[in-house]
Amino acid sequence: MSAVVKLSNVHKSFGALKVLDGVSFEVNRGEVVAVIGQSGSGKSTALRCINALETIEQGSIEVCGHAIHSDKLDKRALRLDVGIVFQSYNLFPHLTAEQNIMLAPTCVRKLGKKEAKDLARECLARVGLAEKADHYPEQLSGGQQQRVAIARSLAMQPKVMLFDEVTSALDPQLTGEVLKVMEDLARGGMTMILVTHEMSFARKVATNVIYMRQGKVWETLPGHQLENPSTPELREFVGSEL
Amino acid sequence: MTYEFDFSSLLPYWREFAEGVWLTLQLSAISTVLGFVGGALCAIARADGPPWLQRVVGAYVEVIRNTPLLVQVFLVYFGIAILGIRIDANLAAVLALVVNVVAYTCEIMRAGIQSVHKAQIEAADCLGLTKTQTYWHVVLRPAIERVYPALVSQYVLLMLASSITSQISAEELTAVANRIQSDTFRSFETYIVVGLLYLALSFVVRGAFSVFGMLVFTRRRRLGTPL
Repeated sequence: MSAVVKLSNVHKSFGALKVLDGVSFEVNRGEVVAVIGQSGSGKSTALRCINALETIEQGSIEVCGHAIHSDKLDKRALRLDVGIVFQSYNLFPHLTAEQNIMLAPTCVRKLGKKEAKDLARECLARVGLAEKADHYPEQLSGGQQQRVAIARSLAMQPKVMLFDEVTSALDPQLTGEVLKVMEDLARGGMTMILVTHEMSFARKVATNVIYMRQGKVWETLPGHQLENPSTPELREFVGSEL
Repeated sequence: MTYEFDFSSLLPYWREFAEGVWLTLQLSAISTVLGFVGGALCAIARADGPPWLQRVVGAYVEVIRNTPLLVQVFLVYFGIAILGIRIDANLAAVLALVVNVVAYTCEIMRAGIQSVHKAQIEAADCLGLTKTQTYWHVVLRPAIERVYPALVSQYVLLMLASSITSQISAEELTAVANRIQSDTFRSFETYIVVGLLYLALSFVVRGAFSVFGMLVFTRRRRLGTPL
């Protein structure tokens, strides 16, 4: 199996603060990797580095054949291969759900309006929101907005999807509906990296769980073994979360 | 003291009044369109341009916003004459009004642009949109929708302020009135009529902007809430 995402000895600081301290991991095609850890452990930064939203100081990152650390990185080509969903949804408030989804396919993939509309409908149906196509973000609940954001990302047919604490702003019920969509995606074979605090989701869906601590990969283990960590730190972390 | 109003002596001048109204509308419309485009470009330059350009635009905006329109009108009018270019007064009036309104539009638009959250731009970037596409679809469109009421006030103000260009003999409504009152010696009546005409013009212009806004801003039309 070939690695779709590969981080090797990645270092990153914000000023004097060392956020990533030699992070290395690989994600293969079709895998779902959950990155967990305390706030400030560097997990969101690692995710942002994968999409070249942050620059790294040392080490290398390869994503779908793009060398993120290189000066010659074609960011737009990278972004065609990688989709990202944010904690704060970041839907465009002046566009309907459908228009939010149509924007990138028409601008970037140059689809016709009709094709883009069909694609948008299809993506909305995949996240269970076909009937909300004409709604504006402010008319939708947080969970619905997040599902539209996932659909918007899906419409670009990425090879890898990144999820940055996508349920952290949602109540348990809304969290459930978003996780359901993500679980469907995982079952459909999407390669996914998710930064999350949802331990039961990680245990159930993740191929691998990466526990980050102090800017390092502290422990990596298969999702179904999350209850049996080998390091005392992860044991304590999992214990406090469940 | 009793004053006897006599509006009847103004009646023969209805055609002049109408022409004045028409020219005022034309001056305002052209200045508004050019002012909007110029102001938007200046706002982009001031918000996201290279530092030297930000300073140049900033200086221009401050100079314009801190000097009287009348003085600007004279400077443009006589400045052009000194350059040896002959243009008619109406064109000079448009130029002066544009120079003025671009600066105000720039500041309003800049506020709109800066109200767009960084995360929105990041999201567009992550979807693969180019900088230009992002600017148009994700920054400018919501920015314009947000500051539209402020822009409308500014352009109504522009229409009213165009009366100042009567000083360089642009043939707009106030210039017409000046001539009529010196012909008829019915100054008070003339300016009452002119005042009412400006009032009516303001309503028309506001109404037109309101209809235009409804057509352009679908979200606002459907939800009725500010963005």
